[in-house]
Amino acid sequence: MDFKLDKTHQLQQELFRNFAEAEIKPLAKEMDEREAYDLELLAKLQRYGFLGIPYSRAYGGAGSDTLAYTLCMEEVSKVDASTGITISVHTSLCCSCINNFGTEEQKQKYLRPLVDGSKVGCFGLTETNAGSDVQGAQTTAVKDGDDWIINGSKIFTTNSGFADTCIVFALTDRKVPAAKGLTAFIVDLKGTPGVTVSDNIERMGIRAASNCIVSYDNVRVSADRVLGPVGRGFKIAMGALDCGRIGIAAQAVGIAQGALDEAIKYGKERKQFGKPINSFQNTQFKIAEMQTKIDAARLLTWRAAVAEDNHEPFGPMAAMAKLFASDVANEVTRFAVQAMGGYGYCREYPVERMMRDAKITEIYEGTSEVMKMVISGSMKLK
Amino acid sequence: MKIVVCIKQVPDTAEVKLDPKTNTLIREGVPSIINHDDKAGLEAALRLREQCGGTVCALCMGPPQAEGALREALAMGVDEAYLLSAREFGGSDTYATATIIAAALGKIGFDLIITGRQAIDGDTAQVGPQIAEQLHIPQVSYAEELQVEGDSLVVKRQFEDCSHRLKVSTPCLVTALSELNEPRYMSVGGIVDAFQKEVTVWGFEDLKEAFNPDWIGLQGSPTNVFQSFGKQLRAPGVVLNSLSADEAVEAIMQRLIQRHLI
Repeated sequence: MDFKLDKTHQLQQELFRNFAEAEIKPLAKEMDEREAYDLELLAKLQRYGFLGIPYSRAYGGAGSDTLAYTLCMEEVSKVDASTGITISVHTSLCCSCINNFGTEEQKQKYLRPLVDGSKVGCFGLTETNAGSDVQGAQTTAVKDGDDWIINGSKIFTTNSGFADTCIVFALTDRKVPAAKGLTAFIVDLKGTPGVTVSDNIERMGIRAASNCIVSYDNVRVSADRVLGPVGRGFKIAMGALDCGRIGIAAQAVGIAQGALDEAIKYGKERKQFGKPINSFQNTQFKIAEMQTKIDAARLLTWRAAVAEDNHEPFGPMAAMAKLFASDVANEVTRFAVQAMGGYGYCREYPVERMMRDAKITEIYEGTSEVMKMVISGSMKLK
Repeated sequence: MKIVVCIKQVPDTAEVKLDPKTNTLIREGVPSIINHDDKAGLEAALRLREQCGGTVCALCMGPPQAEGALREALAMGVDEAYLLSAREFGGSDTYATATIIAAALGKIGFDLIITGRQAIDGDTAQVGPQIAEQLHIPQVSYAEELQVEGDSLVVKRQFEDCSHRLKVSTPCLVTALSELNEPRYMSVGGIVDAFQKEVTVWGFEDLKEAFNPDWIGLQGSPTNVFQSFGKQLRAPGVVLNSLSADEAVEAIMQRLIQRHLI
């Protein structure tokens, strides 16, 4: 067992870190306040291959792996969690569905532009009445000749404000439970009649990310856009969310490390009672405790990533990583704000944003409660 | 066009400190980077390749760990990488370094050689011009713009008070300023490729026919550093505000008199 990154991953980590510091960090505060993602920054992420990391060269990807993807997620999320989720939804939720379930033709036609940096993807599963419980899904797809007609509405579709391609899950059989009646479709969001994307939903954190309601009103899609077998949409969605949780765990690790680094930097300079606050043992012990938890979260995340890369079962590992890392992100960001006192609470410093951003990691792509269902479900408790 | 870019791996001087006792650089824990001017040279070469086709090679002389700089160059998109590394090369001054690099360049072949203006650790700005002299090819130093015109290059050369636009026929050597361009990052896939490509390592045996062994290394160097020392720190200056011109003259005169300078 080797816990050291190899040379390729080390150099990739250096790239992600340098890029995040130079290109993302200076924009993070402004993007949060404008509640809009900088599309020039998005184009740079595409140019340098950040949106196709674990995908094969055969489809235009970077030809790297899930571990490299987690390194990217951590480094970008250290400075801006919104960039993290933008990359994650595109990579883990949208692209993985096509990569894992698409035909060769679909991969060349739909996956290639997503991973070679030409297009951006999103994922439409959640509905107002179908969150943790997918059974409440009401979006339907009805066959019309060779085509399908989609009707319904999806909420919290990350990236949808600028995305080109969406994996939309719709009921193709209403007589059976959603787990057996859902089918996945590859839908172009731009220029498809009947598709409407709402304004950005106002949120507490990750405010720079695009997150909208996408409505489908008699949207006609051709048969070659059905992803995987009809009726297997639930399995496809759950598989994508397993992949996604590794990314969210890495995002949470990044938020936590970013916040702790800020608190450490501040504590070296901030003097109270005649000395830097980092020289007080209480601060030192808290920092030691936080760093230990972050390292543990990172190792859980890497374990899940390496398992995915080795084609081993990784669902429960990903759930453990996300459950733990998201909790750590919330604890560490709260600590960072506390350690920086009144300044930590001010918008001038980034830790208040990080604290707001951390919360969502306990909610999206499966809440912490759902993570416990996944973990306990794998433990043969009954 | 075959372009060879000479790069140097240097300590990141933004993070370097001097040992107060020995006045030598504390290298421990300081990250190594590609010298800034050289990185601009790499970017210039990659852009010329995009424009005119051809190949871009990166060449680096240094200890075995300088391979890291070449992997980074490969990850930015260069086609081939050469590392010149041997104990016999150690201690070379600029002249000896240029002798070794010129020998390697003769073996690789080139239409255009790009070097950085100067390295941030040595700051001599001599190696590029010396390579050109040893190879008997024209050179343009301090390039801030670079364009191809047929078999020639048009180079805007920075001067103290003006710029010169020069046309030079290939093969030739250009030394690049950081101002020449904004270097690209490595790409994620480029890094994967970089570790699948080979870095050709040439030692003394590989190059010895191409130079006079008496002119390389510490022994062959006409110059050597016998001492390095930090600058004496001066006391902070005094700023006098809100004085009229006459008062300011008076205040300055008083200080000069106090110090027996006048």
